[in-house]
Amino acid sequence: MFIAIISLCGVFLFPLWKITLDAAQFPGGLELNIWINRFSGGEEGEYIIQNINILNHYIGMQFIEPDSIPELIYFPYVIFGMLLLGIISILINRQWGYVSWTTLLCILSGLGVYDFYLWMYDYGHNLDPNAPIKVSGMTYMPPLFGEKDLLNFYVASYPATGTFFLCGTIMLAFLAFYFSKKTQNQ
Amino acid sequence: MKKRSYIQYLSVPFAVLATLASCQNKDVKTVVEGNVTDQVYVAPGEYDEFYAFLSGGFSGQITAYGLPSGRLLKEIPVFSVYPENGYGYSEETKAMFNTSYGVIPWDDSHHIELSQTDGEFDGRWLFVNGNNTPRIARIDLTTFETVEILEIPDVAGLHCAPFVTENSEYLVSGTRFSLPIPQKDVPISSYKENFTGLINYVSVDAKTGEMDLAFQISMPGFNYDLARNGKGKSHGWSFLTTYNSEQAHTLLEVNASQKDKDLMAIINWKKAEEYLKQGKFTERTTSYFHNLIDEKTGIAASQEMKTTRIIDPKECPGMVYFIPVPKSPHGCDVDPSGEYIVGNGKLSADMSIYSFDKLMAAIESNDFAGDIDGIPVINYESGLHGILTKPGLGPLHTEFDGKGFAYTTFFISSEVVKWNVEKLEVVDRQSTFYSPGHLVIPGGETKKPFGKYLVAMNKITKDRYLPTGPELAHSAQLFDISGDKMKLLLDFPTKGEPHYAQAIPASKIQPNCKKFYKIEENKHPYVAKGEGQAKVERKGNEVHVYMTAIRSHLAPDNIEGVKVGDKVYFHVTNLEQDWDVPHGFAMQGAATAEILIMPGQTRTLLWEPGSVGIYAYYCTDFCSALHQEMSGYMRVSAQDSNVPLRWSLGENIEDKVEIPES
Ligand SMILES: [Cu+2]
Repeated sequence: MFIAIISLCGVFLFPLWKITLDAAQFPGGLELNIWINRFSGGEEGEYIIQNINILNHYIGMQFIEPDSIPELIYFPYVIFGMLLLGIISILINRQWGYVSWTTLLCILSGLGVYDFYLWMYDYGHNLDPNAPIKVSGMTYMPPLFGEKDLLNFYVASYPATGTFFLCGTIMLAFLAFYFSKKTQNQ
Repeated sequence: MKKRSYIQYLSVPFAVLATLASCQNKDVKTVVEGNVTDQVYVAPGEYDEFYAFLSGGFSGQITAYGLPSGRLLKEIPVFSVYPENGYGYSEETKAMFNTSYGVIPWDDSHHIELSQTDGEFDGRWLFVNGNNTPRIARIDLTTFETVEILEIPDVAGLHCAPFVTENSEYLVSGTRFSLPIPQKDVPISSYKENFTGLINYVSVDAKTGEMDLAFQISMPGFNYDLARNGKGKSHGWSFLTTYNSEQAHTLLEVNASQKDKDLMAIINWKKAEEYLKQGKFTERTTSYFHNLIDEKTGIAASQEMKTTRIIDPKECPGMVYFIPVPKSPHGCDVDPSGEYIVGNGKLSADMSIYSFDKLMAAIESNDFAGDIDGIPVINYESGLHGILTKPGLGPLHTEFDGKGFAYTTFFISSEVVKWNVEKLEVVDRQSTFYSPGHLVIPGGETKKPFGKYLVAMNKITKDRYLPTGPELAHSAQLFDISGDKMKLLLDFPTKGEPHYAQAIPASKIQPNCKKFYKIEENKHPYVAKGEGQAKVERKGNEVHVYMTAIRSHLAPDNIEGVKVGDKVYFHVTNLEQDWDVPHGFAMQGAATAEILIMPGQTRTLLWEPGSVGIYAYYCTDFCSALHQEMSGYMRVSAQDSNVPLRWSLGENIEDKVEIPES
């Protein structure tokens, strides 16, 4: 369980999700990394949000403004909370403690993904009616998981290292539950 | 190469020229052997192996080419104004053209010198001389922009410049035309009494690259033509060829070609540094300009420098020597080991190659044939490594391949000759088309040449390309020199008249190339770091527009309240933070130029409206799908009108609050 908690810290050290936009004019693609508390670009991609926003304004997508996304502020607190609860569960060292912790983390992760989906849906569908470029029937929601053509861009969206740490955490917590069950049975 | 040369060669017997002409005709048809396209073909998406920087001669600029493809990568404006991007027209760059002669919008750029560390190119800076209004410029190789220009006082025709020492300690230059110092109204016929030549040492700051005129050495009134600095064992010494040791002042083609031998000056600059420390110099009041671009603001500022330190060899023994060189020397080249110095006479049939060790031994044992103005003249034979007999006609410049061979251009016999430096034997020759001046081997001036390619820069192009009227682009020819025999690979046209070039592996520059300027580091006084900061201010009859450019609009795009007689300064900040997204700015009827603004940069264009009306401005660099929409209107009212100053973007200008005029 202790390792599970350590592993959960990984979500602060690595991005959770990565969206890559490929087009002829962008050799190497534009890489958007989504972290628990911020956005970042790939190599030399410090200005990724500005550059994506410049592109998005042609089709009337809203500007991505990390400062106005509340999740980026409160998600870290949720993780801190989970870390605290994890420590408590170690102190309690009971089966029910581990199982509830694991379940809670699963639910929260699921909600996180759903929240992410809602944001993407909003960006992709809620377009400015005065946008300079209008393609009838077109929405611009990036795939939640997978790859897709969006106008001149080929968009790939996949979980990144942080998410693997999250999954690892869930697995480890489950193991903790499993072993604690064994120890208690003995 | 100078115009003088052509005239001079007219004095070569006609019979010789006629014979040569027939040789050339024969050669044209046997130019390329085998399938060379593979060697010069750089496939789409692939990069060239080398950057080659060619001086522009009378264009005053530098061009960067890729080798082996011969593709033009960029023209870098240096000494000539450049309406293509507003260099010399924008408020930020105007000061680059300040000199003690006033604003000089052009020059004649000759010799390219890349900065060196330990005798090898380090890929940091590029230096080039302005021949006409004596100046040296520095180009920053992270941005390929000219960032500094230093004028050299009291010299004329700064041809012999700016040769770099092996750790870029100094850039050495010499006056091509001697002058009275200080300038005065004297009969030209008093040349011998009144004219002095100066050899100049410009120091280069090891960290910033900033140049400073450290000292000048006063020399007899000859014409100092070309130079190289020692390397390895000869580090600390400079070698300069001179012609017109006759000190003629009229019809030089005859009067400066009388003596069988001219001179090479040999300078111990480390000794000169010591004398400088000891205070053995005269401080002279003069005037020269130092123009430097501030890295943070991007704005050039000029400083008038008023003193120079002159060292007199008469009072400083052991600092300067002469040695005879064959008739009218041009090139002066030091081999990679630093031991051999090629000082050939362009009117001599033979080439003299000197040995550094022998020169030092001669100096040690006072093996002198006399002196000129107190400067000892070393016995010709004593300093000689040997003579390369009859290698061709009109030897000019030599570069080295690092494998023991030298390659010399022959202007009159129109060829490149490869010879063994140690054994003094010719091993190969290749015709060029036609009349090569300089040549370059990547790193051919350094301790470690990349002896793979050679580029000959030809002065005459007749029949090589489709005709373009009386004037043809100069031709560069690329040779493969990796084997025993030189192999012609490619002809490519060049801009202006390239005099010298240097080439460097792309790997030394490419990784450091700046992709954009970081906007948060932009300290320009009129920057607008976002559209929220875009505004218009009036200060008397000056109107300052803090404008921003981003795909695909300029902010503001409606401006009113400007009057006839105003000076309107458009300070345009490019808000982009992405590679290769410059925006342009052009104003209808602007009497200056357009400007190109790099991402993160601010550039200012001054516009003075002459009559009332509506004027359109727009972006000139096709930046995006909506580039054509990237435009705006300026309303100009009569001088006495009371149209308020206001501006807008995306809303009706009538709804904007009036700003009271100050
Ligand atoms: Cu534009």
